Amino acid sequence: MIINHPLLGPRDASEFTYLGDAKLIDRPDWQSDTAAQDFYEYGYLRTNPAGEHRELWFHEAGDRSWLVVTRNTLTHEISAVEMARDVARAQGRSK
Amino acid sequence: MHDLKPISALGGVSDTIGTMTITENSGVALASVAARMGGEVATKKALKKLLGDVPGPGRSQQHDPESGFWMGPDQWMIGAPMDTHELLADQLKTLLGDAASVTEQSGAWVVFDVVGAALPDMMERLCAAPVRTMVAGDTQRTVIHHLSCFVIRQNGADHVRILGPRASAGSLHHALNGAAHSVA
Repeated sequence: MIINHPLLGPRDASEFTYLGDAKLIDRPDWQSDTAAQDFYEYGYLRTNPAGEHRELWFHEAGDRSWLVVTRNTLTHEISAVEMARDVARAQGRSK
Repeated sequence: MHDLKPISALGGVSDTIGTMTITENSGVALASVAARMGGEVATKKALKKLLGDVPGPGRSQQHDPESGFWMGPDQWMIGAPMDTHELLADQLKTLLGDAASVTEQSGAWVVFDVVGAALPDMMERLCAAPVRTMVAGDTQRTVIHHLSCFVIRQNGADHVRILGPRASAGSLHHALNGAAHSVA
């Protein structure tokens, strides 16, 4: 499997480690009234789609950047690769 | 006071195996620069002044006395001769101020210069960096015998510089020598 790194080009998947669902970027607000429930869901609940899945990969043997990879879990086809920090900043999570 | 003498990771070892020469280069002072959020523009401006240009992804910038290469988004490694720039990190911090975080790296890395005609054959036994297609200045972080290393194509046609973890200098040296023997 090849991951097309946005900065470095196509790199072998063996250079990367897998973390899981990219929803981990959406850390709940700890001051919210529903924080306990939110963190329970954030920590434990994942959808397990047969199809497109957005997931976090770490370029451990490369530039050490985190990527958001959109991968089809049935075919392993990768349709999009983004820098996780760009995704997070686009969601206003850079403060 | 004791009269303490600084030593390098492997005592400046140099081996010639077939056409390949593998030399520990203990004359490089290193410091990493990571632009802080909001300080990216100022950091790049200061680095451009220092190096002549700011190396982009997968590239290094050869310059005298300071050189640098890209490590990751908004992160660079700066190198300079140890004799004149032993306090490189302090010098960079003075230069960059609050725009970037600077970390001393001289004590974290061992530097090998690998030179010789069989270089591409040797490197493809060691790592996934495509040394045959890399041109001078191309830089890749890759894995050599489970050690995360930087491979920097130098100006000489048959020359790469390899930066590896200093704590595993002996293991990396063993890996390089083993690969050199297998192409000798």
